[in-house]
Amino acid sequence: MPDQIEKTDPGIVDAGTVVVDPGLTPEPEREKPRSLWDDAWRDLRRNPVFIVSSLLILFLVILSLWPGLFSSTSPLSCDLSKSRQTSESGHPFGYDLQGCDVYARTIYGARASVTVGVCATAGVAILGSVLGGLAGFYGGWWDSVLSRITDIFFGIPILLGGLVFLSVMKDRSIWTVVSFMILLGWPQIGRIARGAVITAKQQDYVQAAKALGASSGRIMIRHILPNAVAPVIVVATIALGTYISLEATLSYLGVGLKAPTVSWGIDISSAAVQYRNAPHMLLYPAGALSITILAFIMLGDAVRDALDPKLR
Amino acid sequence: MGRYVMRRLLQMIPVFLGTTFLIFVMVYALGDPVAAMFGDRAPDPSTAAKIRHDLNLDRPLLTQYVLYMGKIVTGDFGEAFNGQKVTELMGSAFPVTFRLTIVAILIEIVVGISLGLISGLRRGKIVDNASLFFTLVVISIPTFVSGYLLQYFLGVKWGVVEPTVSSGAPFGELIVPGLVLAGVSLAYITRLTRTSIAENMRADYLRTAVAKGLPRRRVVTVHLLRNSLIPVVTFLGTDVGGLMAGALVTERIFNIQGVGYQLWQGVLRQNSPTVVGFVTILVIVFLVANLLVDLLYAVLDPRIRYA
Repeated sequence: MPDQIEKTDPGIVDAGTVVVDPGLTPEPEREKPRSLWDDAWRDLRRNPVFIVSSLLILFLVILSLWPGLFSSTSPLSCDLSKSRQTSESGHPFGYDLQGCDVYARTIYGARASVTVGVCATAGVAILGSVLGGLAGFYGGWWDSVLSRITDIFFGIPILLGGLVFLSVMKDRSIWTVVSFMILLGWPQIGRIARGAVITAKQQDYVQAAKALGASSGRIMIRHILPNAVAPVIVVATIALGTYISLEATLSYLGVGLKAPTVSWGIDISSAAVQYRNAPHMLLYPAGALSITILAFIMLGDAVRDALDPKLR
Repeated sequence: MGRYVMRRLLQMIPVFLGTTFLIFVMVYALGDPVAAMFGDRAPDPSTAAKIRHDLNLDRPLLTQYVLYMGKIVTGDFGEAFNGQKVTELMGSAFPVTFRLTIVAILIEIVVGISLGLISGLRRGKIVDNASLFFTLVVISIPTFVSGYLLQYFLGVKWGVVEPTVSSGAPFGELIVPGLVLAGVSLAYITRLTRTSIAENMRADYLRTAVAKGLPRRRVVTVHLLRNSLIPVVTFLGTDVGGLMAGALVTERIFNIQGVGYQLWQGVLRQNSPTVVGFVTILVIVFLVANLLVDLLYAVLDPRIRYA
């Protein structure tokens, strides 16, 4: 559909036009020619935003793998008599409505957010690149069908789709939420991957490989994949933060994760009822959630700056 | 231009049918509306069968969908399970959310574009870095957190505004909810404008405009801004859907009885006619907004009008 205007996601300006042309990279003499990835990595190592965000993310990953290291209290052992009490020794964040330790719940809540964010992004990136990439490579009827499917999925705002779709699911685990996000999220990456593959396909080196008799599989993996993967990585990194935010929002609306799972979205939702009397119940999980999203968005920003030669 | 409009209109039809069918399947095939009517009690089988028959629920799904669409064309969205007409609910809910969306879009356009313009023109300066940091923070705070924070500080603690919106939802009370709803998109628009401006600053036509001695004001407003706004306009179109969905959260926080509130209630009570009806209208709004944007796009950039 060349006549249709591509919708631009603000976070990914120019991502679709990242063209990796080794000929354009300035090649210092005598030195081994640097690829886009070497350049990007050199940029990233010197970018303070990247360093801060990766340290934060490293901490969050440790937190979600071994929450017990940071809190000896269980997030599920609650004492109703301590409902809504503020901080006391050993319980720095106070207690929530059910008398559960807010500190423990904030620590344990990281796992749900990080798992959903990482798994949903990985799934969306893989499914989207495979489907979109094949459509871009082969064109033809599959491309037309995929474009129409993409249009249909774009017609449903993801939050609205989540409300309708997840509310009819009775037993919702983390994996239900992840599958839903992959189901509704892949067209975004699919469109980007399709565009990137079409751009790469028209490059001279692909024509050259074809002329030399390379098979489709070889052209795809050796020539197109390395040159089309950059925009997908950029969009996927930025999407990670938004998926974490989406999970929390769905849980807040009561259609995301369910009670025994500890999630910041659920905690904020239950704290919201009484937050005017006990703001601490709301502030700690909300702060943790915001810092987590901030870390991933910062990472996405840094990766985009490094991988997008146009902005250099 | 006429052919272009026609083609875009025709392209909308399969998307509309596909999207509404998807929603229809989710609500009617995956959920059980009749069981939901009875709450926790198991319904009497014969009563349930009668209700199923009355609501056409015993027919194949595709037939149900066609029957439903046939009714919608005549303006009949059915009745909610409490007997109220869905169109009545819509009549009270849509104007409220419409006002809220207008407030949000105005805030986005005015604040977002001016902030983006200023930081794009002064790239790398303090203003630019400050606005980058500000947008980063705004993007990171989910709507339901920023909503409660603003409600707590502005509404409860300092008493600057009313913490909740009264039933009439006048424009004045919608400013804070509109700001909350606009928040994330506002940050995106700022960044989009900034990138776009910074890119076009290097364009040849801009150098020409400066070289032929045009006053700076004219260069910025006519040459630079008009060309830089194209991606922003595209974003605004897709954002209408996001705003309508975002109203789910904002309306719950500020107790606004609009589309988001009704939809949320409908979902909680599994009130299928309400949910499908509201979502159908939202899909239409979304598609029409995208169409308008594509047309506006063609006005801003004559190269699009090749049809």
